Amino acid sequence: MNSPAHQAESAAVQPILTARNLVKRFGSVVALNGADLDLFPGEVLAIIGDNGAGKSTLIKAISGALRLDSGEISLDGASVSFNSPLQARAAGIETVYQNLALSPALSITDNMFLGREIRQKGFAGRWLRRLDRRAMETQAREKLSELGLLTIQNISQSVETLSGGQRQGIAVARAATFGSKVIIMDEPTAALGVKESRRVLELIQDVRNRGISIILISHNMPHVFEVADRVHVHRLGRRLCVIDPKTYTMSDAVAFMTGAKEAPVD
Amino acid sequence: MSETADTPDTSTDAMEVASFDDNRNGAIAWIQRTLHNNPSLVPFTVLLVSIAVFGLILGQKFFSPFALTLILQQVAIVGIVGAAQTLVILTAGIDLSVGAIMVISSVVMGQFTFRYGIPAPLAVVAGLLTGALCGYINGWLVARMRLPPFIVTLGMWQIVLASNFLYSANETIRSQDIAEHASILQFFGNKINIGGAVFTYGVIAMVVLVLGLAYVLNQTAWGRHVYAVGDDPEAAELSGVQTQKILISVYVVAGTICAFAGWALVGRIGSISPTAGQFTNIESITAVVIGGVSLFGGRGSILGTLFGALIVGVFSLGLRLVGTDPQWTFLLIGLLIIFAVAVDQWIRRASA
Repeated sequence: MNSPAHQAESAAVQPILTARNLVKRFGSVVALNGADLDLFPGEVLAIIGDNGAGKSTLIKAISGALRLDSGEISLDGASVSFNSPLQARAAGIETVYQNLALSPALSITDNMFLGREIRQKGFAGRWLRRLDRRAMETQAREKLSELGLLTIQNISQSVETLSGGQRQGIAVARAATFGSKVIIMDEPTAALGVKESRRVLELIQDVRNRGISIILISHNMPHVFEVADRVHVHRLGRRLCVIDPKTYTMSDAVAFMTGAKEAPVD
Repeated sequence: MSETADTPDTSTDAMEVASFDDNRNGAIAWIQRTLHNNPSLVPFTVLLVSIAVFGLILGQKFFSPFALTLILQQVAIVGIVGAAQTLVILTAGIDLSVGAIMVISSVVMGQFTFRYGIPAPLAVVAGLLTGALCGYINGWLVARMRLPPFIVTLGMWQIVLASNFLYSANETIRSQDIAEHASILQFFGNKINIGGAVFTYGVIAMVVLVLGLAYVLNQTAWGRHVYAVGDDPEAAELSGVQTQKILISVYVVAGTICAFAGWALVGRIGSISPTAGQFTNIESITAVVIGGVSLFGGRGSILGTLFGALIVGVFSLGLRLVGTDPQWTFLLIGLLIIFAVAVDQWIRRASA
């Protein structure tokens, strides 16, 4: 579905992430049936689609959580192939999972640096494997302040003492700390109240304004239309169309993704 | 979590959502929070109170350097094995084979020395490797085959214990023979005497081991990963923790520590007996639970286990000196176990 307008756009700015003709089958079920995706630098691309449309499979393919049967993913123009989320992370793609993947009993700092801790320099770090808590706390505090998650009284308090929105904030901050290129967010507002959702949407925009591209998966149309620069409509395992949230309404989008209305051809 | 959803002013709302203030108040909330951050505080308090109470009742008989250090000697083995048990329980597992691994390791040390004539230091290394191997098998079955730790270690317990009897032919190596030919096996029975206080090397080893593990658990990435795996394995995996490797390494370290306990056991009882340490399993779990380590994983401190072991030691000696029926000890320990788990649940509920 490469529209002329879209091609013109991509001629000017190279996409940071592209997926072409992705195929993934689970037994006889075809989850991805030649799916494409384009993500441009510094944009929020929302992915919407009915349940079972293959959104999660698409995201898992990009974040390295599953292996594709065929298809090609390029990051910054170079073809990539991820066998695990760790490899995707090393390449600069971070994922904020719907369940957040935080360890409740560990502190904010511990969680932010889980799996990529900073060790002290010199003997203590090299031989005693001692963590540099101060450096990690300073970085965590900086990052949280940058993202407006300020007024942290106690960065060593455990994550389970935080509210849902705050936890989401920590997960986003962790992704923003390490995600140099792309951050994937899976239903970041699904479990949140109205005000907390608002804060997370602001956070998404903050991160985008810092030049990081974001893929946002959400069922919440008002949220999608509020923050997305473009909306990728996924249907039956492939990209149906990409629409501009300013020129289409939410009910148009829902009609496209459910098949009630023909997709625009422009 | 209290959320001020009914505050009309939206500008302050945004502030509240973004803030990390802990807005739970009151004395009980403060206690919950403090316990949550310092899970070994409960056993520490119980330990101090029990020492004070027995000291008041018994006076000099209990409150002497000799009696107090005797407690340390009596809990040394359980303390070391409890340290291994703590590691496993922190990953939300349980190790029922700790006692058996301890005994077979000490038997290997003895038999290698006396049956095959291998130099005692090498025999000690062989014993430690035996423990590590048993731990590796446990860890491999738990991590790679995804079998429940309870079942794996229940089976391992029987297998190791049976191997122990078959291999040793139920034969005890006498203390005099060890002292004469391979005194290094009794190394941890050596004593330092400081003004009536008697510290065996085994006691010192236990304290050093616990402090060392406390450092590793709190100050290294491996330690944080152990907690993360026990807390929420899926989240840990997605965060980039190599959960299977961590699990296997925990069981290997635990097995090695148990083997080390087997060495210390020779120092404590003098001889090497395949029937020694029958209750070490349950005693180590008791120490861990009384020490405030959560059986659900991810919470607790290894210092708590040390306090837990000492509490049991204080009760045992104190009640014996008072002259009560020893059953009272078990009764009180039973109460303490239930109390400790209740406190753990309370802390968890308060924090969630």
